[in-house]
Amino acid sequence: MTGVWLVLSSFLAGLGRAQFFLASIVAAIPAALGRPRLVVQQLYSVGVLSLIIIVLSGSFVGMVLALQLYRTLIRFGAEESLGSLIALVIVRELGPVVTALLFAGRAGSALAAEIGLMRATDQLSAMEMMAVDPVRRVIAPRFLAGVIAMPLLAGIFSVMAIGVAGGHAIGVELLGVDAGSYWSQIRAGVEIDDIRQSFVKAVVFGATVSWIAVYQGYHAVPTSEGVSRATTSTVVVSSLSILALDFVLTAFMFR
Amino acid sequence: MNDTETSLVSVRGLRFGYGSRLIYDGVDVDIRRGRITAIMGPSGTGKTTLLRLIGGQWRPNAGTVRFDGEDVHKQSRAGLYRMRRRMGMLFQHGALLTDLTVFENVAYPLREHTRLADALIRDIVLMKLEAVGLRGAAELYPEELSGGMARRVALARAIALDPDMVMYDEPFTGQDPISMGVLMRLIRSLNQSLGITSIVVSHDVGEVLSIADYAYIVHGGKVLDHGTPDAIRGSSSELVRQFLEGRHDGPIAFHYKTARTFEEDLMGETA
Repeated sequence: MTGVWLVLSSFLAGLGRAQFFLASIVAAIPAALGRPRLVVQQLYSVGVLSLIIIVLSGSFVGMVLALQLYRTLIRFGAEESLGSLIALVIVRELGPVVTALLFAGRAGSALAAEIGLMRATDQLSAMEMMAVDPVRRVIAPRFLAGVIAMPLLAGIFSVMAIGVAGGHAIGVELLGVDAGSYWSQIRAGVEIDDIRQSFVKAVVFGATVSWIAVYQGYHAVPTSEGVSRATTSTVVVSSLSILALDFVLTAFMFR
Repeated sequence: MNDTETSLVSVRGLRFGYGSRLIYDGVDVDIRRGRITAIMGPSGTGKTTLLRLIGGQWRPNAGTVRFDGEDVHKQSRAGLYRMRRRMGMLFQHGALLTDLTVFENVAYPLREHTRLADALIRDIVLMKLEAVGLRGAAELYPEELSGGMARRVALARAIALDPDMVMYDEPFTGQDPISMGVLMRLIRSLNQSLGITSIVVSHDVGEVLSIADYAYIVHGGKVLDHGTPDAIRGSSSELVRQFLEGRHDGPIAFHYKTARTFEEDLMGETA
């Protein structure tokens, strides 16, 4: 019984520390906005450098969806609905969720490792001793860049999956669904509210992954093992949080 | 004794520990203005910890640390940061920011804390780099530097804002004799030409005693002895003698303490 209590209390203590940390990050955001160059640099490394993996994954997810859905739809002679079905699945769920999972693996782990190594090599202490607040100069720009990059990446993922090389390539070019009905079904089926919900999810996931990554890196044990553990737990905790939060957000926005 | 006139830093009754392990148990240290003070002691006695306590990065369990008459640990965050602008710190491995060039590393505190024009910052940075003999390395990145060069760049960065005091954390560890000589000469000349108060934490006894004006030897959470280098060299304490002469056995035992004897361990029950 005491073991369970110990695990629970250390979990709650960690959650509390992480929330205090989040509060200090949010307080430092105005200072980070005062140095837009730092944010742009981070947008490049968490956003632009994640582009290839997002574009490729989006295409493949769209292609698979088109194949699978077509097989079922054709039995009911409803293959013209392929476009709207793919679009709804991607926009509402897979776009933000898969992008966030990939983002945690690509950008979150890199953030945690980078900050953890800065901790291990005393760079963060050196900043503190130079009277520079590392939360303002290192953490807040990275957090902000993650929050901005995630919805953009999710948007790119969705566009790739529905159109271009994903669902469109397989559905229209390969399986012969009429291009006109593919796109008009999408226009009729997807409402602006679906896109708004997708955007909300992407922003929440972006903030969550970035928060977990910078927290894990900043509080990493300053050894090689500690940095490796911070990187691993960033990916594990982020993935679980994304899936759990997705359920909560969907349930709240479900009508 | 009038503390603030002669001492830039005064530590009184300092107690500090992690968890149940006590690092300092009532330590008094005075760092005199314009002098080089050495803090020496065997590895693991918390010499670096002392610097972090003076810099306000960690808080003591009890006791006070005063910098220029003001309690370091009673400052607001802004007050502490104001204080730190007057302290430079040289970390053991330099702790340069790896994504910036040597030039930008030295310029960093200037860009953060002053509104000087770029041309002026450039001049100051080049002067600081010239002082450590690395003006030619300005465009290199930290990973292209040797350990000794990285420390010299870090030293240029530490003095960029013309601090009143520089704290050197193990500046000689892992250096070849030439870079060690370069660093010793730099510490001495910065102290003499700029009047910078210096704290040198080290266990390289001979080197440190040759440049220091005053030395403290810490061990087991206490100040074991303090005085001028000559007084330290002439100390009668067995522990100090063992430390200075580097004898492998003495008051500080060669063997890590254990409850069982060697024979018991060898002849006892095996699993």
